Amino acid sequence: MEDKTRSEQYRHRRHSSLVDRQILLPAIVESFKKLDPRWQARNPVMFVVEVGSVITTIVFVAGLFQGASGSTELFVGQVTVWLWFTVLFANFAEAVAEGRGKAQAAALRRTRSELIARRLIDGREERVPAPQLRRGDLVVAEAGDLIPGDGTVVEGIASVDESAITGESAPVIREAGGDRSAVTGGTRVLSDRIVMEITANPGETFLDRMIGLVESASRRKTPNEIALNILLAALTIIFMFAVVTLQPFALYAGTSVTITVLIALLVCLIPTTIGALLSAIGIAGIDRLLQRNVVALSGRAVEAAGDVDTLLLDKTGTITFGNRQATEFLPAAGVAMDRMVSAAALASLADETPEGRSIVALAGRLGGPDGGNGQKDGMTFVPFSATTRMSGVDFDGRSIRKGAAESVATWAGQALPDDVRASVETIARSGGTPLVVAEAHVVLGTIHLKDIVKPGIAERFSQLRRMGLRTVMITGDNPLTAGAIARESGVDDFLAEATPENKLDLIREEQAGGRMVAMTGDGTNDAPALAQADVAVAMNSGTQAAKEAGNLIDLDSDPTKLLEIVEAGKQMLITRGALTTFSIANDVAKYFAIIPAIFVLALPELGALNVMRLHNPNSAVLSAVIFNALVIVVLIPLALRGVRYRAIGAAALLRRNLLVYGVGGIIAPFIGIKLIDLLITAVHLA
Amino acid sequence: MVLDIIGVAITFLAVFVCAWFLGPYLAKVFGGERVFLSPVVRPVERSFYWLSGIKEDREQNWFGYLVAMLVLQLVSLLFTYVILRVQDHLPLNPMGFSGVAPDLAMNTAISFTTNTNWQNYTGEQTMSYLSQMLGLVIHNFLSAATGIALAVALVRAISNRKLSTIGNFYVDATRAILYVLLPMSIVGGLILASQGVIQTLGSYPVAHTVEGVQQAIAVGPFASQEVIKDLGNNGGGPFNANSAHPFENPNGFTNQFEIFLELVIPFALAVMFGRMVGNVKQGLAIGGAMALVLVSATGIAMAAEQSGNPALTGVGVNQANTATQAGGNMEGKSVRFGPIYSAEFAASTTGTSTGSVDSAHDSFTPIGGMVPMVLIQLGEITPGGVGAGLYGMLTFAVIAVFIAGLMVGRTPEYLGKKIESREVRLASLAILILPASILGFAALSVLLPAGKAGPLNPGAHGFSEILYAFSSTTGNNGSAFAGLTGNTIYYNSTLGAAMWLGRFIFVIPILALAGSLAGKKVAPASAGTFATDTTLFTGLLVGVIIIVGALTFFPALALGPLLEHFQLAAGHLAH
Repeated sequence: MEDKTRSEQYRHRRHSSLVDRQILLPAIVESFKKLDPRWQARNPVMFVVEVGSVITTIVFVAGLFQGASGSTELFVGQVTVWLWFTVLFANFAEAVAEGRGKAQAAALRRTRSELIARRLIDGREERVPAPQLRRGDLVVAEAGDLIPGDGTVVEGIASVDESAITGESAPVIREAGGDRSAVTGGTRVLSDRIVMEITANPGETFLDRMIGLVESASRRKTPNEIALNILLAALTIIFMFAVVTLQPFALYAGTSVTITVLIALLVCLIPTTIGALLSAIGIAGIDRLLQRNVVALSGRAVEAAGDVDTLLLDKTGTITFGNRQATEFLPAAGVAMDRMVSAAALASLADETPEGRSIVALAGRLGGPDGGNGQKDGMTFVPFSATTRMSGVDFDGRSIRKGAAESVATWAGQALPDDVRASVETIARSGGTPLVVAEAHVVLGTIHLKDIVKPGIAERFSQLRRMGLRTVMITGDNPLTAGAIARESGVDDFLAEATPENKLDLIREEQAGGRMVAMTGDGTNDAPALAQADVAVAMNSGTQAAKEAGNLIDLDSDPTKLLEIVEAGKQMLITRGALTTFSIANDVAKYFAIIPAIFVLALPELGALNVMRLHNPNSAVLSAVIFNALVIVVLIPLALRGVRYRAIGAAALLRRNLLVYGVGGIIAPFIGIKLIDLLITAVHLA
Repeated sequence: MVLDIIGVAITFLAVFVCAWFLGPYLAKVFGGERVFLSPVVRPVERSFYWLSGIKEDREQNWFGYLVAMLVLQLVSLLFTYVILRVQDHLPLNPMGFSGVAPDLAMNTAISFTTNTNWQNYTGEQTMSYLSQMLGLVIHNFLSAATGIALAVALVRAISNRKLSTIGNFYVDATRAILYVLLPMSIVGGLILASQGVIQTLGSYPVAHTVEGVQQAIAVGPFASQEVIKDLGNNGGGPFNANSAHPFENPNGFTNQFEIFLELVIPFALAVMFGRMVGNVKQGLAIGGAMALVLVSATGIAMAAEQSGNPALTGVGVNQANTATQAGGNMEGKSVRFGPIYSAEFAASTTGTSTGSVDSAHDSFTPIGGMVPMVLIQLGEITPGGVGAGLYGMLTFAVIAVFIAGLMVGRTPEYLGKKIESREVRLASLAILILPASILGFAALSVLLPAGKAGPLNPGAHGFSEILYAFSSTTGNNGSAFAGLTGNTIYYNSTLGAAMWLGRFIFVIPILALAGSLAGKKVAPASAGTFATDTTLFTGLLVGVIIIVGALTFFPALALGPLLEHFQLAAGHLAH
């Protein structure tokens, strides 16, 4: 119970809002630290703004000494302040995004840093603080212990409560060998004893790697971010040409422009909005995945998620519930339904497989003996084996078997009746599994076992299709069964009788056709395919090999998460595009504010361009600069939250976003600048 | 006036219809397929390759293509330079013109090599027939063929060929001349000659005027030169008056026919693009963007010219179109064309990179004169010079796709090819060159005494003259706002540099872009892909072009034509 509460706390913290004090205060401090020019130089747009701010500061100070007029100093001073604010707001956006990511990661990590580990050295046990553990150390954990670090179970089996990481309260089994051997630091052993080998040094766990991604100091730009930065730098250079050449042109026209106004114009024109928010958008993309309990191990993977064309989905667990269930009983001709149902139930009473339980449950619904009171002393159960391919029960001289059609027929010593054979074939063709039931020498009928497709999955796939994604179901089933499930679930294609090799081949084939592939995996078998895929989501419950091959780790180990990951990737790219478009579209209004303001005194005819009817030249320039700075703050929530992704197809999405951020981006500043102008005129700041 | 507007519409319509049919022909020619001219042209083509040692099927990578192109340009540039310098020692110089001065000869050689055809000289008083026919006309073909070849190379790179090579420059240029420019010039030249465009090798006849004065009438073998001047978007006319001269452009029909010649290949190349990438609609989207800007710009220029000079309106002059007067702004226009057709010609000659003129752009109203200037500053991509327009437009398409493509939630692709940092870097570099050259040289000129000595007019109009000159040369247009005294060492060299930058420095990143796109895997289109064959994309592309272009040049335009317009409207005259 205590654990559960704690996990709820984490969840709460992970969804913490923008105005969280613990994030805001450090972010403000960080905004000032980031004024360091070496830091700013990473971002060409904001670097230009900072250089501009320094120059206007010098102009302002020089004005004080030279005794410039009060109104000039007021104007230069205000422009300078707002230019500095522009840089600070950009720093702040980045710092908040970083702070949120770090807070989320810290919440995940907190549990493990204070742990004491029981390290085994030459068979002796010693207690050491968890941060001292190194890769290769052997550690013991028993019921009630918290697991001190990430590792692999090398001995024993235990049930583990992973709710601190996943929020899922049901315990999971972790055992040595196989695909369920990975344990995560901070989770609690509920029963039994395991020996585990630590697989990561402190500072190298996947959580540490993720924290590195959100901490800008060590953050590497993703490919699309680099490309966008180049475009922004190019636009900055173009506008520098426009602004720098303006002075000679003005001189020729018999007037001149002050350096403060030129810098104000330049800052307004270069794409500061997107320049300021670009890195915050990237970090926020990683944060948003973490909110969904997915740890990104590279920023590139998040970006690639938006580009994915083909999703490889494991049938079991993603498309179907993972186990076949009995859906109907088909008695042979001349056999009463009651007899058939009761025999089927009796044969399955001790069958603890999900299939067996589902037969008993279905029988119970149809009035047969249920699992609780149906079991009697003296019953001898015959377990399923690969050689006999059937299971059953012997009691009171009766002998009942259920299993593969041919095996049961052989056991019964007679050929299958025609109607039973027919129903067996029908069931197999429909993708189900037929189980034949026989008592003594009488074939009683057929049980229809079926993979149950998760509700809503078909709708989800058609949504994906509208997004332009192709889904491929991966299954070990035979093509017949696979085909039936594929039809029912609406998946676009399937790979039946999948092996690690043909899975890898399928990925390579898709990639050769220019498509990007995403998949999930948990087993060591999956590692090569995970390494080959563009977006590879490893389940946290999976093996170390799988986790190392993946570029995203799903703490919930939920294969359907892939769909959300794709959406998160798209959302990040859309946010970038939308703010870039908005930023460029904004420039139109700024020109109409500043150009007439610059020249109206010397060339009064150009006042005709002052379409916003701004109060005076100073108020016009100032309003544009203030708008330019404030729009960054206004858009921080959007940058962190991301522009909503709608699965409405690219054409509709583009039309919508162009309207909102393109056309809206042209109109908004006309209104904003006018309002600011009215305000600063009213309070006599210009 | 209504009839004039109908005439304009018919001309544009004729261009679009013919481009629609010419496009597939171009696609076949450059795809090496058989066309109806093959029986005649193919043997000539093969023997040319055999003589010159060109291996027809050896494709080049982008760098090889670039080097081949530059070598040809340099050699032909020097060839023309030498001919101009020593024309007094060469035949076909009946008027005995002396050799051209070094700076002017170099400026002219660069000008014709770069398809600019900026003329700092008066043709009929400077150039011998040999200089015109060999030294200059050779470039009218070569530079046009070079433009087409470069565009074809970029289109190949974008299309899904799965090759990292982009074609063979020599083959592309040869085919452009043999299959496209020459046959069309022959037909077009005959049509022009039939309308009275002059074609003779005789010396200038002497007329005795009624006043008893003797006047030498300049003539020459010009119908053949006229057709390629327009068809190849060169624009350098044999006469100083260019297409305003009755021997170059005798009547209304030839005027519209010359507009047709200027526009038809650039638009056909857009159609060819659609064919070569396997989706005609892609070509229509690009061609549509070109047409949209051109037609709107023509409309603005026509309205501005027809409504006349705002200063005259202000003092009550009747400038209306009536039965007895053309109305509008008739200064600097031929009566046989009037404001509407002159405005259409101005928009077409600057929307393409032609630069021939049938009226004085210098005498247009400020807004009417701003239209050609803006069309050049947008990069001459609507529809742009033969080839140059298409590759410029495709570069903008790459930028537009990159900016807006993100908004569908994928890293941007154009025709399935991912636009990544290398492509963005190269496309940005290309579009940076234009403002750097135009604004940089204009700023230099208004600062230096040698530059300030150039303009004829004071104030905003003088500034427009300088700005126009560098826009025109950088854009390889060649039309002049006149007024500017360009034949000085300062202007000959700076304008020459601008032409060189605008043509050959510009194409280096473009060819590198082609090389970068050529080998790329093509991602198949899906419902999630940003479609570039829609009207939405056309609109977006136009938006990006206008916003990027307008934002770059708005301050300069405000101090030039816009200021002049508002001054005239307010009744203030420059002083």
